[in-house]
Amino acid sequence: MNLHEFQSKDLFRKYGIPVPKGAIATTPNEAKSVAHELGGEKWVVKAQIHSGGRGKAGGVKIAKNQDEVTKFAKEMLGKTFVTKQTGSSGLPSNSVYIESATDYEKELYISLLVDREDECISVISSKSGGGNIEEVAEEDPNSVFKIPINSALGIMPYQLRKLSIGLGLTKEQSGQLTSIIKNTYNLFLENDASLVEINPLVVSKKSELIALDAKINIDSNALFRQPELLKLKDPTQEDESENDAAKKGLNYVSLSGNIACLVNGAGLAMATMDLIKLHGGEPANFLDVGGGATSEKVSYALKLILANENVQGILVNIFGGIVRCDLIAQGIIDAVKEIEVSLPVVVRLEGTNVEDGKEILKKSGLEIITATDLTDAAKKVVEAVNK
Amino acid sequence: MSILVNKNTKILCQGITGNQGSFHTQHCIEYGSEVVAGVTPGAGGGEYHDIPIYNSVREAVDISNVDVSMIYVPAPFAADAIIEAAEAGIKLIVCITEGIPVNDMVKVKAAIKNNECRLLGPNCPGIITSEECKVGIMPGFIHKKGKIGIISRSGTLTYEAVYQTTKNGLGQTTCIGIGGDPIRGMNFIDCLKLFEDDPETEGIIMVGEIGGTDEEAAAEFIKSDIKKPVVGYIAGVTAPPGKRMGHAGAIVAGGKGTAEEKYRALDKAGVHSVKSPALLGDAILKLLN
Repeated sequence: MNLHEFQSKDLFRKYGIPVPKGAIATTPNEAKSVAHELGGEKWVVKAQIHSGGRGKAGGVKIAKNQDEVTKFAKEMLGKTFVTKQTGSSGLPSNSVYIESATDYEKELYISLLVDREDECISVISSKSGGGNIEEVAEEDPNSVFKIPINSALGIMPYQLRKLSIGLGLTKEQSGQLTSIIKNTYNLFLENDASLVEINPLVVSKKSELIALDAKINIDSNALFRQPELLKLKDPTQEDESENDAAKKGLNYVSLSGNIACLVNGAGLAMATMDLIKLHGGEPANFLDVGGGATSEKVSYALKLILANENVQGILVNIFGGIVRCDLIAQGIIDAVKEIEVSLPVVVRLEGTNVEDGKEILKKSGLEIITATDLTDAAKKVVEAVNK
Repeated sequence: MSILVNKNTKILCQGITGNQGSFHTQHCIEYGSEVVAGVTPGAGGGEYHDIPIYNSVREAVDISNVDVSMIYVPAPFAADAIIEAAEAGIKLIVCITEGIPVNDMVKVKAAIKNNECRLLGPNCPGIITSEECKVGIMPGFIHKKGKIGIISRSGTLTYEAVYQTTKNGLGQTTCIGIGGDPIRGMNFIDCLKLFEDDPETEGIIMVGEIGGTDEEAAAEFIKSDIKKPVVGYIAGVTAPPGKRMGHAGAIVAGGKGTAEEKYRALDKAGVHSVKSPALLGDAILKLLN
């Protein structure tokens, strides 16, 4: 689960990580009064969307007077921003964050993340902050370095010294960095984060380290013990059908193709998409109905994929292990009848009671195309759609 | 021979009285596995299908010989269950549970580092030695005793590989689902090593997916250390970046962990790869002939 910048910065304040003064606004007038209360001469108006790359999409602007704050807020509120991370449909900014502008000398990069390779939490840092860290890592690998944290020891003084030297900080700034890293690590652990990114962490003209941006991802598996964070979930930043599916215990991701798939198991669901592509088609979605696929689930899943108007054909691919194929077959038939599916449906069943399942499909009188194996299924559905 | 589990393996089930635990324990027994004890805190002294239930793993191992613990404990308590099993001296811990917080797994990995145990999973189908011992949730009937070792990050894709090698007559020695989480126990390399040393395993099928760099590391290892034929497949060529594809660990993040990169690593290491999971059985059959 992603947090907004303003939510992340609230958490930063709570943990003593320095951020500029700022507040959220949902109307242009509110934005203006926030700027008035903050005082000063310059403000930054920032669109609140769950995506990086906002600056390039016009979602971060510096206002030199309060009228400009109002103007920028008006432009951004309700606007859909398309960044390279959002996909072509973009994300709406339903609020803007107004904060005092900071004059700075240096932009650094700091993040804490779950490090799969070293199986720990690691600090990633670079003295080339501000931009895209993946690009920095590609262009100048030596400027990005990683410090793995031993979970029993926590972050050690020698590691912090290494970090300060790497970032080219003065002794006084090192002290500030130490507190920022320690506080961020506590925030990470106590809130079950999987990523906390500060990009940029700036060195201000007054030689203070300040987090100008804040990005936090929370581990969805840990939300059961983070009820307060769960309240921060913003459904407007997520795909509606993906959210609905999740509530029913289905894993669904919508894609841009025209062949929908309904599969049990995440790996097989991915492989089914790949197979469609391999045989010249384009998958419309990823859909894993899970190991315990019941006929209700299958029926709901079919409705879900049919709600996508790009869909021209459906591939059902079930490997019945614990689940029985005859039950799945009945579920498909019930759903196809109930929803009056008029698109070609290709079904590949394998596993427990497969012969009974195939027999049920055959006797149904419905125009369901049965496939003998994975390859046959992919070929048939691509063919049916291209007719 | 086979690896890690066989007909003499004695199994303890942690979470035996839960829905998942009781259901799958029964299926394991029907397959022929020997389940000697169960643990559910608070249910000690009871029985499940004549299997004694204990309050703690320590209590169970003091009374019964246990080789493997099979864990179905719900996600909020699963990390605790794994560490409890490791501290009680169990040598192979198979954690089926899905949805364990990743920071819990970071702690688990650090905590069990000095225990002499192997962890398989979490979020995995388990391990099975065909026609001998099943520890997990896979459909037993598709397995057939034979000569292929299978390692996979995905459950249902493992079943595909199993089914194909059963149909073409090769059969399997042992099949291992290493799980779909980003931080987990045994990895491709650990399993490859064991299969290389197992005289009955003649060929290996490795099924990877997007996310992380474990397939890349495995490719290097196959090049340097594995003499037996290996066929590889990677799921997720069409997966969009930044989206979690069902498994917590199946995500392309920051341009890293793509299927293309993984295929490139397999090709570079000279591993025979297939672009369709439907071809796994044929490919390993051809390599063996």
